Amino acid sequence: MRKLIFLGFVAVLSLALTGCPPKGETGSTKTADTAAGGDILIGEYSSLTGLQGTFGTSTHQGIIMAADEVNAAGGINGRKVKIITEDDQSKPEEAATAVSKLISQNSVVAVLGEVASSASLAAAPICQSNKVPMITPSSTNPEVTKKGDYIFRMCFTDDTQGPAMADYTAKTEGIKTAAILTDVKNDYSVFLGRDFDRRFTEDGGKIVAHASYSNGDSDFRAQLTSIKPSNPQILWVPGYYTDVGQIAQQARDLGITAPLVGGDGWVSPTLIQIGGKALEGCYYANHYSQDDPAPVVRNFVDKYKQRFGAKPDAMAALAYDAMHVLADSMKRAKKLDGPTLRDAIAATKGYAGVTGTITLGPDRNPIGKKIVVEEIKNGQLTVKATFQPQANTGAATATH
Amino acid sequence: MQELLQNLLNGIAVGAIYALIALGYTMVYGILKLINFAHGDVFMLGAFVGYYSGNWAAAHVDQQHPATYLVAGGIMLLAMVLCGAFGYLNERIAYRPLRNSPRIASLITAIGVSFFLEYGGQLVFGPDPKFFPTLTPKHIVHLGGIVTTNYQIIVLVVAVAFMALLQYIIYGTKFGRAMRAVSYNFEIASLMGIPVDRVISTTFVIGSSLAAVAGILFGLSYPKIDPLMGIMPGLKAFIAAVLGGIGNVPGAMVGGLMIGIIEAFVGGSRFSNFRDAIAFVILIAILLFRPSGLFGKYEAEKV
Repeated sequence: MRKLIFLGFVAVLSLALTGCPPKGETGSTKTADTAAGGDILIGEYSSLTGLQGTFGTSTHQGIIMAADEVNAAGGINGRKVKIITEDDQSKPEEAATAVSKLISQNSVVAVLGEVASSASLAAAPICQSNKVPMITPSSTNPEVTKKGDYIFRMCFTDDTQGPAMADYTAKTEGIKTAAILTDVKNDYSVFLGRDFDRRFTEDGGKIVAHASYSNGDSDFRAQLTSIKPSNPQILWVPGYYTDVGQIAQQARDLGITAPLVGGDGWVSPTLIQIGGKALEGCYYANHYSQDDPAPVVRNFVDKYKQRFGAKPDAMAALAYDAMHVLADSMKRAKKLDGPTLRDAIAATKGYAGVTGTITLGPDRNPIGKKIVVEEIKNGQLTVKATFQPQANTGAATATH
Repeated sequence: MQELLQNLLNGIAVGAIYALIALGYTMVYGILKLINFAHGDVFMLGAFVGYYSGNWAAAHVDQQHPATYLVAGGIMLLAMVLCGAFGYLNERIAYRPLRNSPRIASLITAIGVSFFLEYGGQLVFGPDPKFFPTLTPKHIVHLGGIVTTNYQIIVLVVAVAFMALLQYIIYGTKFGRAMRAVSYNFEIASLMGIPVDRVISTTFVIGSSLAAVAGILFGLSYPKIDPLMGIMPGLKAFIAAVLGGIGNVPGAMVGGLMIGIIEAFVGGSRFSNFRDAIAFVILIAILLFRPSGLFGKYEAEKV
């Protein structure tokens, strides 16, 4: 009897272990020959679960909405697109595995993803070496598209975002002192911290304290305690929303009243839910505003709300644009093999997207995208400013 | 000076939670010579019980009403009961059948139970982080120059109260004497008529309920919880138990507080990104220079 119980326990345990990795696949029929006229397979790797779960969820919803629109409008020259989704659990190493699988097992013609720069940086070399074009909707780290000529991006980069926010705080808001709190485990955060530091100092401001944490930490009190005596006017916290919400709460607990300022890593429907009142008056750089009156934005926001019951955040908007730009390029491409499709994507010019008009430059980044500064006011996001950051000047790109 | 005191307070608040978890490690080791690696995950279970019942309570009880403190107490009790029950089943199903097998078998089973909880938790609760509800109103408290919240004070008071209660159980009750006897030598203890199985089960129940308390307190102070949240605090509490001398109850308390305080100071220094590493450096140093821990297990009475 005793043995039986034990065996039963072992059985349950092994079941639970083998059954656990979540599969986000929507039917992985193996179609080696995609040129034969069936569905066109497009791979998506997203952080559907894990620490940055809302990044992946928003992105996924943006992509499938766009894909359905493409299919409803007749597909790509009569062929339908089919999205194959892999969940990378918000882990860069899983992102690499997911993309290898999409390319080698599912033979996708193009790959969409990720939000987190760390994940995109892990997956990009795999796409590059297999000559499969990859579009990252919302990874802002400049290094991502430098991985090779098959890697494209839909959003502004950190060497635009970081200095632009430094300029904005120093010149428009008249901030003189700032403290920096970066996530050392995150390429995105480290880069933004460095860029902000450099430009803010050039603008005549002073960085009065530096501290760092690791993605997923719960306790930020020690770092905040060390920042507090230097009394900064703002805290530059270029981290992800889960951490930012908690940092804000603990900062208020310690009596720090200065607003937190950050980048697009804050974009999430759960940001305010996590941070609550502690985030009041804090602001961050975003890619677009949900309340933009432009018809293309209104149309997108209304349809998204109808389908998913929530307002689309910037991750959803960028993913939606990425899918449409990809479909647009596929229509223009004569064949769907890697090199031809790559050239077609690179030739994207003046595409009217939700996040602005998209023209890809020679470095495969979009040219001239706007920055929207959103502030949390009375628990709601409000647009504080919209501006065109200075183009990637030589000075800004030569920093690493 | 102010910064020093503030860091000290932060450290004590985290350390008290580590200490509560470390007690479970050390008690089980003291009695069975088993390192119960699933203990950190019981702590996670406690936090999740608090999360679900806390959300239920938040929807039904007004937090401005004084009864909210009673409700919070009830939530903690519920978590203790459920985790205690889990601790009992865990011992009964997974460890007892292996009690006479080589020790490595139980150790591997413990790792298995730990994985079972971590990944089973991802399956049941979902892998996304959840945000622990506020169980009582929260406000800022000024103590001289340092700033804290009533939550940190609650955490400290509750943790210290439970540690005192445990001290009393071990040194002031008949059951505690039985526990100490079993830890000394369980074969001889059973010859003396001590119900060894019951004592071991109860030890697991007590250890797991303390982990549940730690889970709730952790959720209150650091509201982000997920099924893998038990790994790091579990490891650090284990290190705390080793630091204090594994098997030694007061040692676990002191070890937990020390790890918490050291971490707070490292986190507040220029080397803040080494905060997680420091606990492991301490572990290596202790194993190299004083393997029996600070309170050397041959001097103090172990449990």
